[in-house]
Amino acid sequence: MTTLTEAPAPVEERAPDRKPRRNWTPWVLLLPGLLWLTVFFLIPILTSVSASVQTGDYDDGFKLTWHWANYRDAITDFGPQYYHSLVYSLLTTIVCLALAYPVAYFIAFKGGRWKTLLMALVIVPSFTSFLIRTIAWKTILADNGTVVHTLNSLHLLKITTALGWTVGNHVLASPAAVVCGMVYNFLPFTILPLYTSLEKIDPRLHEAGADLYCSAFTTWRRITLPLSMPGVIGGTLLTFIPAVGDYINAQLLGNPNTTVVGQRIEDLFLRQTNGYPVGSAMSVVMMVGTLVIVMTYIWRAGTEDLL
Amino acid sequence: MATQTIAAPASAGAPKERRKSPLAWAKQHVLLVVTFLVFVFMLLPNAVILWMSFNSPAGKFNYTWNKFSLDAWKNPCSNSTMCHSIGLSLEIGVVATIIATILGTMIAFAMVRHRFKARSGINALLFLPMAAPEVVMGATLAALFFNTIGPGGMGFWTITIAHVMFCISYVVVTVKSRLAGMDPTLERAAQDLYATPTQTFMKVTLPLVAPGIGAAALLAFAISIDDYIITVFTAGNSETFPMYIFGSVQRAYPAQIDVIGSLMLLGTMAVIAVSQVLNQMRAARKK
Repeated sequence: MTTLTEAPAPVEERAPDRKPRRNWTPWVLLLPGLLWLTVFFLIPILTSVSASVQTGDYDDGFKLTWHWANYRDAITDFGPQYYHSLVYSLLTTIVCLALAYPVAYFIAFKGGRWKTLLMALVIVPSFTSFLIRTIAWKTILADNGTVVHTLNSLHLLKITTALGWTVGNHVLASPAAVVCGMVYNFLPFTILPLYTSLEKIDPRLHEAGADLYCSAFTTWRRITLPLSMPGVIGGTLLTFIPAVGDYINAQLLGNPNTTVVGQRIEDLFLRQTNGYPVGSAMSVVMMVGTLVIVMTYIWRAGTEDLL
Repeated sequence: MATQTIAAPASAGAPKERRKSPLAWAKQHVLLVVTFLVFVFMLLPNAVILWMSFNSPAGKFNYTWNKFSLDAWKNPCSNSTMCHSIGLSLEIGVVATIIATILGTMIAFAMVRHRFKARSGINALLFLPMAAPEVVMGATLAALFFNTIGPGGMGFWTITIAHVMFCISYVVVTVKSRLAGMDPTLERAAQDLYATPTQTFMKVTLPLVAPGIGAAALLAFAISIDDYIITVFTAGNSETFPMYIFGSVQRAYPAQIDVIGSLMLLGTMAVIAVSQVLNQMRAARKK
């Protein structure tokens, strides 16, 4: 209120009253949440970076010894796991995009009055625990189930086994089952952003394309696809990021030859004695790797505003 | 469809549609078939869960069909460990949702309504928990809790702390989009009509943002109740429902799990159906 005497014009009466509030209110609002994220997200991540160069054991405690060899162990000992994590998540992202695009396109442009219902059908399964739904694939892909019978009678199982996608006469406990489970789990994450960006496109643009003698495919390639790129990028990111870290599908639907990074990290942290520094090093490698891939992708796609 | 193309050139567009009809028809059907198959793919596990909940498994694992039985539906809690874990998951879900919704809504208001420095840094801090692999967040939190309170102290509160941590960002995103899409003139109108800031907030802003906050809370609850990876790292000796399911794959997988899975689905569908009917009734009353 003391500033009121210095106020140049009475018209600005509300300004001195507002100014101090504008300075402090946002910080009061931000502080509790940001503090929570700092203490329980940022600091642990930084602690684990430090833990990744420590040595020791649970009895004597761990000491910071700048033991960079932890990184050598974390990378060289688990080569196949990094390879599996990367290949499965990339494959999942591509298959999800290929399946999600037609579905999102159909709902957005042909859905009509069923749009809301169809989008609800995309989300509704997620309300059953994803673990139960993933385990249900054990029933669907079981050796005496319809899927295996069909593939066998079409002699497809021999081909997929020769390619290394399936193992023997089984679909379960194979790379194919792991990717199937991952695609199943992450498909809604691809469909939702795709649908949002497709839905915004004015359907009259399609008519305009047709009026200008574009084939349906050219209309899609020249008009729809460029306009839906934010959805494509958002959807692939929302699929790829959780897919890299996922180890549930590899654990439930895979075999000992399909292990991914997450399984090893969990093992090192929760079951191995003294696995804590190497496990931390693996976490750091994985986080940095994911970040580099995602940032390169965003940079190449040229949409920084996604962040 | 018909209602959508009403726009203007309905009469002019119709003959054109008919002229290239074979191609358009084929294209429409390819899309339809692909969409149908993907929906089968997405909904099949839920059908299987419902189907298997009526099974009387031959062995310990309810993976293959044996014979029809209502046993699992009659006593869903015959396994007390399972229902105990469901109770713990619900408690954690509710507490974590309340805390995360309050903290996240506050951040969303600050981000949309106020100008301040360090905005991009705060955005990054909010984005990172959504982008970091869950296993990394779990492992690093486990390390923090090991070093501070020790494995013995881990349980309900450490899980809840972790859940709040990864739910906040989702709450912020959801509430922010609702706030950003709000008409700012409404609040100005309230102030022009001599409403105090508190009155404006309680009578105008909050009712308008409420659906966003509600959606954010639902999302937070859904994420919390379904989380396995971060939970297993922070749980100590406690066991949540996802942890129980995961452990069952090694021990024994009773049909009761499928009953719970079916109940979750049917419950959600019932809630959605009721809210749809209520919405339509409200819309009809307005007319």
